[in-house]
Amino acid sequence: MTDLTVLLIEDEPQMRRFLRGSLATTGYKLVEAATGTEGLAAAAAHPPDVILLDLGLPDIDGLEVTRRLREWTKAPIIILSARGQDQDKVAALDAGADDYLTKPFSLPELMARIRVAVRHASDAGGKDDSVFTFGELKVDLAARLVTRGGEDVRLTPIEYKLLATLVRSGGRVMTYQQLLKDVWGLRYASQKQYLHVYVGHLRNKLERDPTRPRFLLTEPGVGYRFKVE
Amino acid sequence: MTDGRRDPDELLKQVEEEERRAKRGKLVIFFGAAPGVGKTYAMLEAARSERDLKRDVVIGVVETHGRYDTGALVIGLEMLPRRKEQHRGVTVEEFDLDAALKRKPGLILMDELAHTNGPGSRHAKRWQDVEELLDASIDVYTTLNVQHIESLNDVVAQVTGVIVRETVPDQVLEEATEVRLIDLPPDELIERLGDGKVYVPDQAAHAINNFFRKGNLIALRELALRRTAERVDAQMRLYKTEHGIQRVWPTGERILVGVSPSPASAQLVRATRRMAGSLHAQWIAAYVETTASLRLSEKDRQRVAENLRLAEQLGAEIVTLSGQSAAQETLRYARSHNVTKIVIGKPTHPRWKDIFAPSFLEEMVRGSGGMDVYAISGDDGDGRPIESRDRPLPAPTLAVGTYGAGLVAALLATAVSWFTFGQKQLADVVMVYLLGIIVVAMRFGFGPSMVAAILSVACVDFFFVPPYFSFAVSDFQHVVTFGVMLVVAAVISSLTQRIRDQASAARSREQRTASLYAMTRELAVTRAASNLSAVAASHLHEVFDATVAILLPVAASSGPQASPDAAPPAHAAEGRLTNAATGSFAFSPDEKEVGVIEWVWSHDKPAGLGTDTLPSSNALYEPLRGMRGRVGVLGVSPTDRHRFVDPDQRAMLRVFATQIASALERARLAEEAQQAQLQMQAERLRSALLSSVSHDLRTPLAVITGAASAITQKDATLSVEAREDLAETIHEEAQRLNRLVRNLLDMTKITAGAIKVAKEWQPLEGVVGAVLGRMEEQLAGWQVKATLPPDLPAVPIDAVLVEQVLINVLENATKYTPKGSLIELSARQEGSSVIVEVADRGPGIPPEHLEKIFEKFYRLPREREGDGAGLGLAICRGIVEAHGGKMWASNREGGGAVFRFTIPIEGTPPTIAAEEAR
Repeated sequence: MTDLTVLLIEDEPQMRRFLRGSLATTGYKLVEAATGTEGLAAAAAHPPDVILLDLGLPDIDGLEVTRRLREWTKAPIIILSARGQDQDKVAALDAGADDYLTKPFSLPELMARIRVAVRHASDAGGKDDSVFTFGELKVDLAARLVTRGGEDVRLTPIEYKLLATLVRSGGRVMTYQQLLKDVWGLRYASQKQYLHVYVGHLRNKLERDPTRPRFLLTEPGVGYRFKVE
Repeated sequence: MTDGRRDPDELLKQVEEEERRAKRGKLVIFFGAAPGVGKTYAMLEAARSERDLKRDVVIGVVETHGRYDTGALVIGLEMLPRRKEQHRGVTVEEFDLDAALKRKPGLILMDELAHTNGPGSRHAKRWQDVEELLDASIDVYTTLNVQHIESLNDVVAQVTGVIVRETVPDQVLEEATEVRLIDLPPDELIERLGDGKVYVPDQAAHAINNFFRKGNLIALRELALRRTAERVDAQMRLYKTEHGIQRVWPTGERILVGVSPSPASAQLVRATRRMAGSLHAQWIAAYVETTASLRLSEKDRQRVAENLRLAEQLGAEIVTLSGQSAAQETLRYARSHNVTKIVIGKPTHPRWKDIFAPSFLEEMVRGSGGMDVYAISGDDGDGRPIESRDRPLPAPTLAVGTYGAGLVAALLATAVSWFTFGQKQLADVVMVYLLGIIVVAMRFGFGPSMVAAILSVACVDFFFVPPYFSFAVSDFQHVVTFGVMLVVAAVISSLTQRIRDQASAARSREQRTASLYAMTRELAVTRAASNLSAVAASHLHEVFDATVAILLPVAASSGPQASPDAAPPAHAAEGRLTNAATGSFAFSPDEKEVGVIEWVWSHDKPAGLGTDTLPSSNALYEPLRGMRGRVGVLGVSPTDRHRFVDPDQRAMLRVFATQIASALERARLAEEAQQAQLQMQAERLRSALLSSVSHDLRTPLAVITGAASAITQKDATLSVEAREDLAETIHEEAQRLNRLVRNLLDMTKITAGAIKVAKEWQPLEGVVGAVLGRMEEQLAGWQVKATLPPDLPAVPIDAVLVEQVLINVLENATKYTPKGSLIELSARQEGSSVIVEVADRGPGIPPEHLEKIFEKFYRLPREREGDGAGLGLAICRGIVEAHGGKMWASNREGGGAVFRFTIPIEGTPPTIAAEEAR
């Protein structure tokens, strides 16, 4: 998986410098843009495989950039946000961004996110896996079967639907809104308590220690993530 | 004082006065004894020479009356265009005050100071226009005849027989910078008149022969000269005071004039003004509201109001007293206020009346003690109200029914007497009748009781006096009995009536006091300015039957601004005024009213309905003035437009306004104090923050800088391990720095009250899981045990914030406990809250620090520097408290510390629709 193009839209020169140096060793090809306008132009000129987008851009705000990108490209977008931008972050995710990272972040974290995003993008394009295995946990979407350590796990229809949605997201964060809409339907878009309760149920059934979940992770203030790595 | 040194207060007053005068324009009055002496001519000449000195001279109003020589002087001077107003089909030209203020010349000429403005003008009188021009620092030249001076008005009328309606308050003349007397001997004036050089207004044409008689002119000339001399005299005295030569006000004279509804009372007031003027005394105009005055006709009340207003205009302090006896009340007031002279009217009532009751004059003279009493002739009236029957007695519902009560009483008394005493015991019978009369008097008043008295006499005569069943009287003795009975009945009735009147007077007084008290009490317990306005509006509405607008400068009012339908903001001298009164009692001033409000605000004087300034508006506007200056403007729009003609009502409104203003001011001061408090706290936090930043941020920065420089050194011969170790150090320090900055930001948010708690019902498990997951690396060296009972209810929390609490507490634990020790995290329900506990097996916390560790920037003494800003626990407590919970620390048995916090389970969790299991 080399020769992937990463488009970095970020106005802080030091941040660009750090990523330039770090990504060079990993074999990614980096295209840099310092403003939203530049970023949009660069995305059109060098169709990227992943877009890293800073939320606090000087000209167009990140949310708007996300929307414009989503008008024509499916390339995964990873939001780079600072603390205190939770609202914008969630809005960007709801607008079509794939994942986020809060600054400061470490290089391994970033690489993991990029890998997840790229993998998911390529999955969506072609083959359709129906069986997912995570350690002792096995989810067979075709057979609608969930096993843990070889044993059948009995799930209610909604629990199953929630799990399936999370598993399909392939390690990316899912916002409350997205989950509620996908599992319960539009009318429930603001009923977050359903999510909390059902995630609790799932943890109890799937996790070895529900107080230390390994798969069903909470992303505070944003949503949930099904950890695949 | 006698050593010529001057009182500092007086000096200050003088300085203030001088300052005020310095800012004000200069007023020069060209003063004359009669029309035709050449005032306008002199004024124009003076103006021309001013213009020649390059001053900006403009003619506001000059009446040349078509005279050639005067007209010639006008040429070459700029003339201000007049305002044309259509009034009942006639075009009226008037002086345009706004244009003049806009043009703002250095000097403006305003002929005929006493002129009454036409409809549509801002002020009723030209002298008021002049006042405003002076306030705008514009110099004014004007002309005035002696007969137009308010206090000389009646003297002139006596001398010439011509009543002049247009008058100018004496104060205007007194405050003029300069008064130039334009004098012309009477003979010459008559000659000029003969030559047709003097313009005589049409309406006075019939009086011309009277007015311009030589005798008159001499008298008028004398008045003018004397008035000017008085002024010069006053200037002389002023000069002396200013130079500490002599004190001029030590006389301490204080004059009181009794005001009555009599038309002659106005004369008394003017006379007193003159007396006070020549004595340089303060003076008071007093009106006594007695029980009898309750029965005054509307016209008489009006007249009292006018007289009091006249006195006020002439510079008197006006008071309304109330009591049983006008004389006693006046004397009581006079004594308590150190009055030295009392002026009352001469009695005009017939002499025989004095036989029954001492006259007002006699009472006054007898009771005056050390005070002088001046009885001045009036055409009629004696300072006592004229009783009139225009106004029905109190309780106008008396009507026929109550008179019937008289009849019933007489019949009842007859029946009782007949069956109890028979016809023999006349004395007892009379007693029974008298009882009946008293009852009627008490219950129904004077009239019915007199009916009862007459009927009683008739009944006694008919039933109990021989010959029985006939009105004839056999014995003269019985006639005397009847007479006595009638007199006694009349006396009883009138006494009872008086008590009733007194009671009703007391009631209405009490009502007024009570309404004021009610408002004051409610204002006292109200805080925000907007609420105060609402309270004030509702009370004013109740007392004055009016809608109310309370206009406050925007900065002064707090809380929600007036609703959008409220007044458009008025752009006043300082900031904007917004209507703070809302609701059904409030009215919204329209464009025109806003103009009035602005005027009131910038001039700090009342205007509008019932005043001389802009009287055509729909509401009366009073400035709201507190101890520290103006607060706002109060607008009152009564249902009855004539309500505020009554000075009583005006005075009462002013009392209300004072109360409202002080309440508003209090609110403003409280707000300012609170602001200051907040600012102080913010300041303190900022300084703590600064010291914390300088200490705690520098350490990690120093480490990072050092380590990074070591790595980047070109010629360094670092081993790979050393390099990695340095990089690791940089990473750790960077994380510490990150934590510090995060804590500082959180603390700032909590302190600023900017923290937003977005509560959602959720199981605590999820939060704990997220925290342990995120801190996996940090907690790697410790044994962490989390125990949450499976039946723990969902709690309403902001997950992000509660996570922060847990992270801070766990971080704390890792800081103080040795690696490998046990950290226990647990939660349980207790009553209506969930208690979360983080317990460790570290060294514990010294008991005296258990509470202090939650304070901002507090650190345990043994704590290493740079371990944190001492904010972590303060943030935790802030967050927990924002959730309505409590947080505290204690020591465990067997060593170690435990941090606990509660999360109240408030409200009901949203129901989750049940779902059948698969």
